[in-house]
Amino acid sequence: MDVARIVLMRLGLGLVTLLVISALIFGAVELLPGDIAQSVLGQGATEETLAALRTELGLDRPAPVRYLSWLAGAVVGDFGVSLLNQSPVAEVIGTRFANTLFLATYAAIIAVPVAILLGVIVALFRNTIFDRVANIATLTSISSPEFFLGYILILYFSVKTGWFPSIAKVSDGMSFFELLERTFLPALTMVLVVVAHMMRMTRAAIINLLASPYIEMARLKGAPGWKVITLHALPNAWAPIINVVALNLAYLVTGVVLVEVVFVYPGIGQLLVDAVTKRDFPVVQACCLIFAATFILLNLAADIGSILTNPRLRHPK
Amino acid sequence: MANKGNLLLEIEDLRIEAYADEKWFEIVHGVDLTLRRGEVMGLIGESGAGKSTIGLAAMGFARDGCRISGGSVEFDGLELTTTSEADRRRLRGSRIAYVAQSAAASFNPAHKLIDQHTESPVHYRIRKRMESQEDAMELYQRLRLPTPREIGFRYPHQVSGGQLQRAMTAMAMSCRPDMIIFDEPTTALDVTTQIEVLAAIRDIVNQFNTAAIYITHDLAVVAQMADVIKVLLKGDEVEEADTESMLKNPKEDYTKSLWAVRSFQRSQKQRPGDGVPVVEVANLDASYGPVKVLDDISFDIHAGMTVAVVGESGSGKSTAARCITGLLPPTGGTIRFKGQELPPSYLNRSKDQLRQAQMIYQMADTALNPKIRIGNIIGRPAEFYGGLKGTNLKNRVDELLDMIELDPSKFYARYPPELSGGQKQRVGIARALAADPTFIICDEVTSALDQLVAEGILKLLDRLQKDLDLAYMFITHDLATVRSIADEVVVMKQGKVVEQGPKDVMFKPPHHPYTDLLLSSVPEMDPNWLSTLLEERGVDNIGEAASS
Repeated sequence: MDVARIVLMRLGLGLVTLLVISALIFGAVELLPGDIAQSVLGQGATEETLAALRTELGLDRPAPVRYLSWLAGAVVGDFGVSLLNQSPVAEVIGTRFANTLFLATYAAIIAVPVAILLGVIVALFRNTIFDRVANIATLTSISSPEFFLGYILILYFSVKTGWFPSIAKVSDGMSFFELLERTFLPALTMVLVVVAHMMRMTRAAIINLLASPYIEMARLKGAPGWKVITLHALPNAWAPIINVVALNLAYLVTGVVLVEVVFVYPGIGQLLVDAVTKRDFPVVQACCLIFAATFILLNLAADIGSILTNPRLRHPK
Repeated sequence: MANKGNLLLEIEDLRIEAYADEKWFEIVHGVDLTLRRGEVMGLIGESGAGKSTIGLAAMGFARDGCRISGGSVEFDGLELTTTSEADRRRLRGSRIAYVAQSAAASFNPAHKLIDQHTESPVHYRIRKRMESQEDAMELYQRLRLPTPREIGFRYPHQVSGGQLQRAMTAMAMSCRPDMIIFDEPTTALDVTTQIEVLAAIRDIVNQFNTAAIYITHDLAVVAQMADVIKVLLKGDEVEEADTESMLKNPKEDYTKSLWAVRSFQRSQKQRPGDGVPVVEVANLDASYGPVKVLDDISFDIHAGMTVAVVGESGSGKSTAARCITGLLPPTGGTIRFKGQELPPSYLNRSKDQLRQAQMIYQMADTALNPKIRIGNIIGRPAEFYGGLKGTNLKNRVDELLDMIELDPSKFYARYPPELSGGQKQRVGIARALAADPTFIICDEVTSALDQLVAEGILKLLDRLQKDLDLAYMFITHDLATVRSIADEVVVMKQGKVVEQGPKDVMFKPPHHPYTDLLLSSVPEMDPNWLSTLLEERGVDNIGEAASS
C-alpha cells in the first residue's frame, strides 16, 4: 500500500473519530446538572422570562435536533454565541487559542530537541553517573506539579533575580521578542514537565535496539560509539519516539491550565475552566472540540511520521 | 589457495569467560590458532563449541556478557588483548572484517546497501565516497550480483537473502582487509542459493588473497572453502589438520562421529496396496491476499509412512501444512482425512478432527511457552483432547516423557529455558503425541539443531512411527534428512508440485530438472565438489540456474 493511501485512510478515520467525540461532548454537556436559563438569568427570573430565553437559545427543541444544528454550524466554523457576552464563540476563543498555540509552540521548540538530544546522550553514556543524574533530574521535574514548578521558577528567576517577568501578560502591540521574554517562564515550566517523558522514551527506544545484529555489525565495522547510536540505532528508533513526542505536544496544548493560572496567561485552558463554572456551554463545546481535534491531528502526524521513517513502508518491494 | 604468506594472526591459549547466574565461567579453554596471509581456516563444531566467540576474539571483540580472560591474540604484530579499545576499533572494518550469519538481520534496515558499504572506507579515509561507491559496484559485479550498478541503492528488505549475503561479503571487502571472519554465512540459505554464495566468497577471497576464518557446522561446506580445518568441542580444540587429510583420515573419535552423522538411514516402506490414505490432498489452491501461493497440489499420506515435502523457501511447503491444519483455509481443492472431507477452516472442524492432526515446529525455542512447566505443556493437550485429570493426567505425561527419553522425575517440573535445543524439540514431540494423533506434520524440525542432536530426533521420530503407526508429513529443505527418513518425496517449487514418488525412485536419475538442481546443490565432502560442479554448470550461469 502506498503512503498516500495510508495517510488518506488515517485522515478519514480521524474525521470519524472527531464526529464520535463531538457527540460525546454534546452529550456530556447535556448531562451537566442545573438549568442553563436559570444560571444565565439568576434566581430572580420569572417562569415567563426563563421560557422566553429557552426559546431564544433553542433549548426547547429536542437534543438530537440541537446537536445536529450545532454540528452543522461547527463544520463551517460557527460555534454559536457565548451566553455570557453574546459575542460569537469563534471570536471569544480565537485569540485565546492563538495564545495557547504560541506558548505550546514556544515550549515545544525548546523541549523536543533538548529531550531527543539528551535521550541520545544518555543512551550513549548509559549506566554512567551522567545517565543517572539526567534521569533523576528529569524525573523530579516530571513528578512535581506544574504550579509548584511554576512558583519555584518565579521565585528564582523573577522575584530573586528579576530576570524575567512573573506575570505573562500579553497584548497586541508587543514585539515578538518582548512576547518571548514575557512568556519565557511559563514556557520553561512546560518544558520541564514534558522533557522527561520524551527523553526517557528516546533512551529506551535506542537501548532496545542495541542488541540487534545490525548494531553488532556496526561495531564490528569499527564505527565509534556515537556513530553507532546516531547513525545505526536512532534511525530505527523514530517510530516510538515520534509517538511520545506527539502525545506530549498534545499535552502542551490541552493540559496546561495550571500553568496559565500561575502566570496569569490568557490561554484557552483558563477560558474553558471559566466557561464550565459559568455554564457557557457553546464555549465549552467549542473548546472540547478543538482539544479533540488537536489530539487527533497530532496522532495523525505521528502516524505519518512513523510511516515516513520506516523504509519498509516508504520503499515497498 | 597455495601461496600462503607470512604469519598474520597468532592466538595462544585463548580463554574467554561468560557471565551468567552472577558469576563468570569459562567457555573457551585455552585455544591456539595461527593463520597466515591468504590462508582460509575452517572452524567447525556444534553449537556451544565456541566457534563464533573465537572468531570475534580474533577481532579483539567480545559480545556483551563475555570477556577475554586470558591468553594472547596477536594480529600482524599488535597484541589485541592489551592494546586500547580505540586501537582495536580502528582495526575493525579496515583490516579485519566480519560477515554475519544472517545478512538480512545484520544490514541496518534504515539505510541503503551502498551507504552501509561506503561507511567504513569513508570513515577510515581510505576512499572518498564516490570512489567507494564505484568500488562497491565493481565488487557487486565480481560477486555476480544482478544489476550491480543499481542494486546498492536498494534497502535491505528489497533484496533477497542470497543477494544480501553477497552484498555483505562485498561490504567486508570495502577496505580490502587482511582478514575476514565468515560466521556461518550460508547457514540461513537454501542449497541452491548457498552454492552461489560459496562460489562468490571463494573467488573473491582468492582474488584479493585475503585470509579468512570460516565458521560453520557443515562439514561439506567447510571442505569446499578451507585450507585448514580446526574442530572444536565445548570450547576446546579437538584436532587440526589440512582439509585433505582431515577428511580422509580424522584422528579423534569426536571428529569421526561428526563425519559419520549422515549415515542414519532407515529402510524404506512401500505404500500399502489398498486402504484409504490418512491424508488425501487433492487439487489444493491457496493464496495470501491476491498472491497465489499454492497451485493445484495433490498428494496422499498413508498410515505408518513418511512423506517428505522438499523445496526452497517460498516454495509453499509450510503453506501446504497450514492448509491441512486449517489455519489457512484453501481457496480450492479438498483435504480428506481417512476418506472424510475436512472443513476448510479449523474453526469448523470437530475436536476429534483437530486431535488427529498435530504439528511439531522448527523453532522449539519459540514454540514452547517459556513460563510454563514441561509437565503442563505436555499435559495440556492430554487434558483438552483426552479429558484426563489428576493422577491419570500425571501418569499420561510421565508415559509421554518416557517415550521421548526424558526422565519424568527430572523434567516434569522444569521450564523450557532450562533445556537444551534437542530436549526442547523432544518436548515439542511429546506435546504433539499427547493428543494421541494419527498424523503429525514435522515442519523443519531438525534444521535448527546440530547434526548429532538432529540424528537423535530423527531416530526418535522413526521409533515412534513404528510404535504408534503414525503418518508423517516431513517438511524440510535438507535432502540429507529426506534420504534418511522419507518413504515418499514431494518436490515443490513456487507453489507447484514438480515431481513426486517413492524415495528410491526419486533419488535415482532421471530427475525432473529442478529435482536435479536441488540434489546436485547439496554440498558433498569431496573438497573438489564445488569446483567440479561449477565447471559442469558453467560458472556464469549459476545464478540463472538457481533463480530460474
